[in-house]
Amino acid sequence: MQVYDMPDERGHFGPFGGIFVAETLVEALEELRVMYEKYRHDPEFLAEFAYDLKHFVGRPSPIYHAKRLSDKIGGAQIYLKREDLNHTGAHKVNNTIGQALLAKRMGKPRVIAETGAGQHGVATATIAARLGLECVVYMGAEDVKRQAPNVFRMKLLGATVVPVESGSKTLKDALNEAMRDWVTNISNTFYIIGTVAGPHPYPMMVRDFQAVIGVEAKLQMQEMIGRQPDAVVACVGGGSNAMGIFYPYIDVEGVRLIGVEAAGHGLETGQHAAPLTANSPIGVLHGNRTYLMQDEDGNIVETHSVSAGLDYPGVGPEHAWLKDIHRAEYVAITDDEAMAAFHNLCRTEGIIPALESSHALAHAEKMAKTMPPDQVILVNLSGRGDKDINTVAKLANITL
Amino acid sequence: MSRIKTVFTQLKAQGKKALIPYITAGDPHPDQTVPLLHALVASGADMIELGVPFSDPMADGPVIQRASERALVHKMGLRKVLAMVKLFRETNQQTPVILMGYANPIEAMGSDQFVALAKESGVDGVLTVDYPPEECSAFNTRLAEAGMDSIFLLSPTTEPERTSLIVKQATGFLYYVSLKGVTGAGNLDIVEVKRRVTEIRKDTDLPIGVGFGVKDAATAREVAAIADAVVVGSRMVLAIEQSDAHSLIANVQSLMTELRTAIDQH
Repeated sequence: MQVYDMPDERGHFGPFGGIFVAETLVEALEELRVMYEKYRHDPEFLAEFAYDLKHFVGRPSPIYHAKRLSDKIGGAQIYLKREDLNHTGAHKVNNTIGQALLAKRMGKPRVIAETGAGQHGVATATIAARLGLECVVYMGAEDVKRQAPNVFRMKLLGATVVPVESGSKTLKDALNEAMRDWVTNISNTFYIIGTVAGPHPYPMMVRDFQAVIGVEAKLQMQEMIGRQPDAVVACVGGGSNAMGIFYPYIDVEGVRLIGVEAAGHGLETGQHAAPLTANSPIGVLHGNRTYLMQDEDGNIVETHSVSAGLDYPGVGPEHAWLKDIHRAEYVAITDDEAMAAFHNLCRTEGIIPALESSHALAHAEKMAKTMPPDQVILVNLSGRGDKDINTVAKLANITL
Repeated sequence: MSRIKTVFTQLKAQGKKALIPYITAGDPHPDQTVPLLHALVASGADMIELGVPFSDPMADGPVIQRASERALVHKMGLRKVLAMVKLFRETNQQTPVILMGYANPIEAMGSDQFVALAKESGVDGVLTVDYPPEECSAFNTRLAEAGMDSIFLLSPTTEPERTSLIVKQATGFLYYVSLKGVTGAGNLDIVEVKRRVTEIRKDTDLPIGVGFGVKDAATAREVAAIADAVVVGSRMVLAIEQSDAHSLIANVQSLMTELRTAIDQH
């Protein structure tokens, strides 16, 4: 069997990925690439990473058989990989710990990050506090307003939160601003990117740090049901939780990999964040080539999703590649479908899922109905929904 | 001989340095861009860097980013930018125009179509900020075949081996970024700029332009003593931003005259 071995040494996944940055960033990325190559297989580094994942994050995260949900739907059995139980409440922290440990080894006393909903910002601020690093988080001014609890959380953890007033004042603009900071403060600053996008080596590095999800899942499924699931389902914004659980399964035959994008108000309305499902053209943004939501002039268009974490116009280049080689399938779930799945999990299993993860749940429910009860779907429950209660209340016209 | 080369050759013969102002096409309004181009030439521009507006200008500071936003309000896309160059060329066949922008608008149009249209419109050189040489060799070849120059950035952090690689692909001139940061950031360190420009000259006979931190006439004069061209971007765009429709041309020309005088005194 052919072994999956991507990307190439300049970060290409077929036609996707690469290093599309201004010359001012090239050396910083080269330094990062060299240091990551040096440490990615270093036993001491990996041991330190594993120690923090176990003792600081609480890994391994369990897999839970959502039996009542499965029975209610009638069909395949739904299992949940419980990333919501991690310290800070989502999968994001796996990656921030990896990158912060690298920053420390590179002698960078300052870390910066971009954040949309604030989960990656909180995860970065958390590990920065734990390691004694200065932390600055860029966040779109709109998101700062929408996600006040996470902004306060970051401040409690000692981070400086910078509201970004440019462009659409959301995640993509926060990323632009973080890049600008990095260019200006290259000598003392490490940029912790939160998803499997950006220029090489970020998509590969973030995937590697998140792959602990899939590595654990393979062992746990074997233990629980004596085999691997028939399908693995995960939501995709930039795509880090999905890459984390997909990656160890790429070479496992018979396991369908399904990425769930945000269809927002519906693909036909144009108000969504589903570049793969909507067949968006290929383009270049944030340092890599990928499928990209854009207008006819090549300007990036505003996206919409009820879930801030999925509200991104591009997608990690490895997902673009997995789609093109037909190893993974990509679908989209609307705001309404995700909300229904959100409430369903709350009521039947006593778990409040993140709105991002609710997209994966909604699609798993759809699939399960069409599958026999002896088949198994593993859903990456990438985060918990505490952060979303304001959004959910607002949609129901409830004032908290 | 290309227009860019001709200009540098003529200036060298006169012992002068090139002044290259940058403006963003469509800023503050599409109707004002071509008149602005002519006004820049009339007040001492040797070449013009014309920015293609982009929604996500990662390498630019707030001043040029705002210019992009103002232009995009008027749906100022790459096609319209090229149409402006064509209009400018109807009455000016001497002044080189260099397009500066990001890769995505070019890829959205299609590289081949862009090269053909740019050539037809009278574009002389292209600087694609987020196309490092490793990612754009096919595009460069097409530009060269069409007789247009590929302008590349060199930065304070560019290592010597990489400088050698870049100068091999570059044509027209090299653009040295005078500081670590985005356009319009901080103040440049003239001693450091001199050291780097001297170093780069060992690798190439191409003219060297310096930009990203030229904020006033005094800096322009210092840079002119070292480089072959002085690029003024954010300062120029700021003058546009601070003008109304009535004062626009006068304000831009007064800044140009100041810079021209300073550069010629180097």
